[in-house]
Amino acid sequence: MAVVSANSTVMNNVEAVRATLYEALKSDDRTLIIGEDVGARGNVFLITKDFIDEFGPRRIIDTPIAEASIVGIAVGMAMEGLRPIAEIQFADFIYPSFNQIVGEAAKTRYRSNGEYTCPMVIRTPYGGGVRGALSHSVCIEALFYHVPGLKIVAPAFPADVKGLLNAAIDDPDPVLFLEHKKTYRLIKGEVPEGHYTIPLGKANVLKEGKQLSVVSYGLYVHWALEAARTLEAEGFSVEVIDLRSIRPMDKTAILTSVEKTRRLLVIHEDNKFGGIGAEISAMVAEEALFHLDAPIRRLCGPDVPAMGYALPLEEEFMSSPAEMAGAMRELIAF
Amino acid sequence: MVTVKHGEAKAESPFERRGLSDEQLVAMFRTMVMQRTLENRGFQLNRQGKIPFASASEGHEAVQAGAAMAFARGKDVLVPYYRDLGLALGIGLTPYEVLLSLFARAADHSAGRQFPHHYASRSLGFHTISSVIAAQLPHAVGAAFALMHGREDGRAVLTTFGDGATSEGEWHESLNFAAVHALPIVFLCENNEWAISTPLAKQMGQPDVYKRAAGYGMPGAVVDGMDPIACYGGVADALARARSGGGPTLLEAKCYRFLSHTTDDDDRTYRSREEVEARRKEDPVPCFERLLIEHGVLTAEGAEALKRSVLEEANDATDRAEAMAYPLAADLYARVYAQRYDPWLDERDGMNDG
Repeated sequence: MAVVSANSTVMNNVEAVRATLYEALKSDDRTLIIGEDVGARGNVFLITKDFIDEFGPRRIIDTPIAEASIVGIAVGMAMEGLRPIAEIQFADFIYPSFNQIVGEAAKTRYRSNGEYTCPMVIRTPYGGGVRGALSHSVCIEALFYHVPGLKIVAPAFPADVKGLLNAAIDDPDPVLFLEHKKTYRLIKGEVPEGHYTIPLGKANVLKEGKQLSVVSYGLYVHWALEAARTLEAEGFSVEVIDLRSIRPMDKTAILTSVEKTRRLLVIHEDNKFGGIGAEISAMVAEEALFHLDAPIRRLCGPDVPAMGYALPLEEEFMSSPAEMAGAMRELIAF
Repeated sequence: MVTVKHGEAKAESPFERRGLSDEQLVAMFRTMVMQRTLENRGFQLNRQGKIPFASASEGHEAVQAGAAMAFARGKDVLVPYYRDLGLALGIGLTPYEVLLSLFARAADHSAGRQFPHHYASRSLGFHTISSVIAAQLPHAVGAAFALMHGREDGRAVLTTFGDGATSEGEWHESLNFAAVHALPIVFLCENNEWAISTPLAKQMGQPDVYKRAAGYGMPGAVVDGMDPIACYGGVADALARARSGGGPTLLEAKCYRFLSHTTDDDDRTYRSREEVEARRKEDPVPCFERLLIEHGVLTAEGAEALKRSVLEEANDATDRAEAMAYPLAADLYARVYAQRYDPWLDERDGMNDG
């Protein structure tokens, strides 16, 4: 991390997003925010509160409820030299804009052989554990993970939120920036002052260990870390890797860790079938099979449409730190 | 409101040239003849087995030549659709560039990636598009917002689409947003009555697309899409309003698609020959030629010479483009992102997204 200033401030993930957006708007007048309720309401999580007073309605654009064109209009703005930051209010609402993301934004550079480009960010809150039910809880990353031309980021810590959001805003290509709702106010941390970026695609080894590599992203990074500390108290040594970016993804960090620990557990909230863990497992099987002492394990969301509103349904869908610790013990014992 | 007149009635009406000089009128006619020629060339090359595909815009010559004449080159932005060969030519894309696209050569703007007639040219302000219907409309609206954002007065966006696009959700979203923000944009519907095989009656309960403008709170107008001067006038008025801060317009040009949708389509399966032949009486290319000759803008000999020169230019463009190289297989991997990229960031083998 290229820290410009030694000074830092403690903030949560909401505050980190807000502070980063504010600095981006201050430093570059091509930057604007376009989305539902981002103006007077200041975003449903208050991320853009009061921005409209300072930057005005041409840079803090309240849109009609029309997700396809929120992204599509941002694509047109980006093609004409602006740096739009589009917001989809909840990731569950991103489906109407699927073509604009996959068919348009991700292909602009390629189909014009670079004559036109699409430097834009699509921010959206995702994930469960907040009693969000079927349409305020989903993980969408696997749906977009398949798409060349896109980059996808899913930070877990406030300092990473800032560094990666700055990198996403600076990036010359479209970036899908996923913010886990449960971490918004739950997770606090020190955020360095001043402008800095974290390269897209760089994972972070949060905790070193010798017996097992645990790879995760988003909310589950925090719970995996908690589980790893439980195991540490039991005398085991678990390495925890926060991917931070999931396209591109840090092959070096994963392989380096797996070749050392010889065991791999991938944990994510999104469902298992066709998920990010499947790609990681295939890559490790292709590149490091003979380094492994145990089968690759995945602890993921179940293969159901989404988590239900009722607490037992949500709890059944989510993996708890205790379940994560159990999976870690099993794999180490294999 | 402009009265819609079709075909033969035109020559008898007074010659309203909307301020266009003889040179501009002849230039429009030449664009129309070139569009017709290159259109046929695409079908010929396909039937000769030289290119896999071409699409058809025959019947759209008048609206496109008129719209192109109203477009301010170097200032306005064009966000077209894939049936806009004449519009592309009219704003400055060369026949050679068109043929490079048809032949999918490396020197094509998309480097041989895009389907034929999906042109783009940054230097002409001519956006890249996909084949997904109406997906370009939000881009056009975003571009218009960018012009307004930069306070670049006197610039506007012209976006085009067929009648089929008006059924898409993004069509609605785009007009609505443009009206809310009074954006400098003209929505030009080239209504050719057919969405591949689906006629207007199965597409919309109200066959006059321009009437929907009232629902968005913007001006709507209709022009005879077979009359290039009327089309010029309609687009010029709407662009002038947009450029001067007067907001968006929904303009409908009623034309007709004379050929099948593409070289892969067979319109005999869904519409009668009688219908198509009846509409041929309105064919804008011979109608406009007669008008120009009747009013002394062009002589019969001049018209023949113009057609010969168009054919020569088209032949030359065909030969030159065909002689150009295909992209290399390695070009498949270029320009996915700004930097060299692999989804797996691997510093150990030197592959890095930079």
